Amino acid sequence: MEAIVAHENDLNLKATELRLGLPGTDESEKESASCTKNNKRSLPECAEESAKNDDLDAQHGDCEAAPAAKAQIVGWPPVRSYRKNSLQQKKAEAETGFYVKVSMDGAPYLRKIDLKVYKGYPELLKALEYMFKLTIGEYSEREGYRGSEYAPAYEDKDGDLMLVGDVPWEMFMSSCKKLRIMKGSEARGLGCGV
Amino acid sequence: MCVFQSTINYFPEEVLEHVFDFLSSHRDRNAVSLVCKSWCRVERFSREKVFVGNCYAVSPERLLSTFPRVRSLTLKGKPHFADFNLVPPDWGGYLHPWIDAMVKARANLEELRLKRMVLSDDTLDLLAHSFPSFKSLVLVSCEGFTTDGLAAIAANCRSLRELDLQENEVEDRRGQWLSCFPDSCTSLVSLNFACLKGEVNLAALERLVARCPNLRSLRLNHAVPLDALQRILAQAPHLVDLGTGSFVHDPDSETYHKLKNAIQNCTSIRSLSGFLEVASRCLPSIYPLCSSLTSLNLSYAPGIYSNELVNLIRHCKKLERLWILDTIGDKGLGVVASTCKELQELRVFPFDPHGVGYTAVTEEGLVAVSAGCPKLNSILYFCQQMTNAALITVAKNCPNFIRFRLCTLNPTVPDAVTQLPLDEGFGAIVQSCKGLKRLSVSGLLTDQVFLYIGMYAEQLEMLSIAFAGESDKGMLYVLNGCKKLKKLEIRDSPFGDVALLADMGKYETMRSLWMSSCEVTLEACKKLAMKIPRLNVEIINENEQMEASTDDKQKVEKMYLYRTLVGPRKDAPAFVWTL
Repeated sequence: MEAIVAHENDLNLKATELRLGLPGTDESEKESASCTKNNKRSLPECAEESAKNDDLDAQHGDCEAAPAAKAQIVGWPPVRSYRKNSLQQKKAEAETGFYVKVSMDGAPYLRKIDLKVYKGYPELLKALEYMFKLTIGEYSEREGYRGSEYAPAYEDKDGDLMLVGDVPWEMFMSSCKKLRIMKGSEARGLGCGV
Repeated sequence: MCVFQSTINYFPEEVLEHVFDFLSSHRDRNAVSLVCKSWCRVERFSREKVFVGNCYAVSPERLLSTFPRVRSLTLKGKPHFADFNLVPPDWGGYLHPWIDAMVKARANLEELRLKRMVLSDDTLDLLAHSFPSFKSLVLVSCEGFTTDGLAAIAANCRSLRELDLQENEVEDRRGQWLSCFPDSCTSLVSLNFACLKGEVNLAALERLVARCPNLRSLRLNHAVPLDALQRILAQAPHLVDLGTGSFVHDPDSETYHKLKNAIQNCTSIRSLSGFLEVASRCLPSIYPLCSSLTSLNLSYAPGIYSNELVNLIRHCKKLERLWILDTIGDKGLGVVASTCKELQELRVFPFDPHGVGYTAVTEEGLVAVSAGCPKLNSILYFCQQMTNAALITVAKNCPNFIRFRLCTLNPTVPDAVTQLPLDEGFGAIVQSCKGLKRLSVSGLLTDQVFLYIGMYAEQLEMLSIAFAGESDKGMLYVLNGCKKLKKLEIRDSPFGDVALLADMGKYETMRSLWMSSCEVTLEACKKLAMKIPRLNVEIINENEQMEASTDDKQKVEKMYLYRTLVGPRKDAPAFVWTL
């Protein structure tokens, strides 16, 4: 009963009000009513809008849940915190790509590359050669990166400095924290044959 | 009938006890104990499994004196909405008094199942040292303990068969808890540590698996890499339930090849979960398992993309239970519908509820599954949008729902096509599903939906309401209509004093009522507390201003009331006020 009365009042107001809504926006009474009916505990964005002005359309526009970032309601959607925390972490990793820092001995600043972009070692090494304008050469288990004065190394989860190429690509992806291109005598220490 | 009844009373108690032995459900046992005094006595003294749905409804001492032979105890602590951060920390639900009391009574505790309880390492330590026959510990959504507590259990429970940790927040102390299982421990049947965040000693894990020939259920955490999994599976080909940890490797490697062989030998696996980290190229290794799987939980595996997910599911023709992320999409659910004809339970969780430009599942997916899976009886569905037409179709396709939980990502979204409230849709569900026991509603809803619920949901035991309704009438329809209602939880809805006080005796027939951000005043709560002494009416007030102002007309932000035999609890924190 009360809702119907509200509808009628809204109709009258609408007849004389200036609209700020987008052209072609569906402006049925039900939509605006759906917001105004939504008691004092309306969604945060609705509450804000109604405080600012009486424009029903603005309220309606926000209430209709635009895909844009919404103000988050405590406990909605109802997902256990354990699950939320788990997925949040993974979501962050998935979205941001897997950027690792790349330092080169002697260079004034570091670079960053997205490991997710590469399907394997050959691609990665080519990208590094291109980025730093150098030659790294071929990998061999015994000799490391023979024939080059550079050796690609990485810091793993335990903080150890490892030669790139020893472990399977996926394993490398999950344990690589940052890359370092070593040069000269230090590089030779890693088994770089000359 | 009369003759039979008087005859059965002449049976010696041992015979009655033997008959009652066949009653496994606590509800049946509760019913039996109401028949007459002698049955009550025989039943109480023979009951070994006790279920306590609200740990504050009864005291540990009282429980032990009623059921002196209790061996298996199930306890639930915090209100359900605590799962969604609506209950402040330190609210309560402590395990310690229960263990303490059981130690004092010299109870022969063998099994403990806890949900939403708080337990410390000290409590776990006490537990581990006090009950020599202790066999099974299942913790769901609990907190307060660390891996040190687990170490105590591992080290001291000689007969341990089951250690099952589900979605608990456990602090990792890097103490090598797994290594604490002594070499003499060979009795493990079930081990689930998927929720632990830290590293585990892989060698200790492998040795443990190797010496437990009865191990049937094993769920690993993300720190267990694929090569360890391969070695474990080689030792435990009789597993029935497997949760993988990290599933990342080079598919061209020898390890991967060995894994494939090991998996081929695991012909008993019926339930699969995990894939907490996953390289999709490794997934084909599990295809051989798929055709016999009855349960699949990929809800923690966002790394499996929609098309790979679909490829996997196409192999799973015997699936009865599927938990998945909404990244599967409506199309993917269509594949579920056409493949999984035995499906009974489906849960679709939101991967990124607050993301931008994010397409979750819609009503289409739900309709498809309802049409393709005639045995569907339980659903939890997080979706972007819903329509009445879809819900009406679902109701027609699946009249067997026992649990129906729908969560629209926007809690007040109307019918996506007509812009009307979703009253008619949910009305169709309750009218069609005569066995419905649990219902969660969402979307734009008026009092009408509650009229339908009160009218048709005769078997309903638990109802969750959020951002719904228009007036007290809504809540009244439910309280008057749902005779079997046990748990009612309401948030952000315009229900107030009139509804709360209309039938105060009703709450003694229910386990609990939660109301937050509604229109209930302090005055009404006080009235209720005074009228019904066997209720605890607790006000949660995070501002700590309530007692000072004592303005009875003030609206109560959070109220939780429950029936109890033991009066106000003594462990309530400062922000909880029992009226």
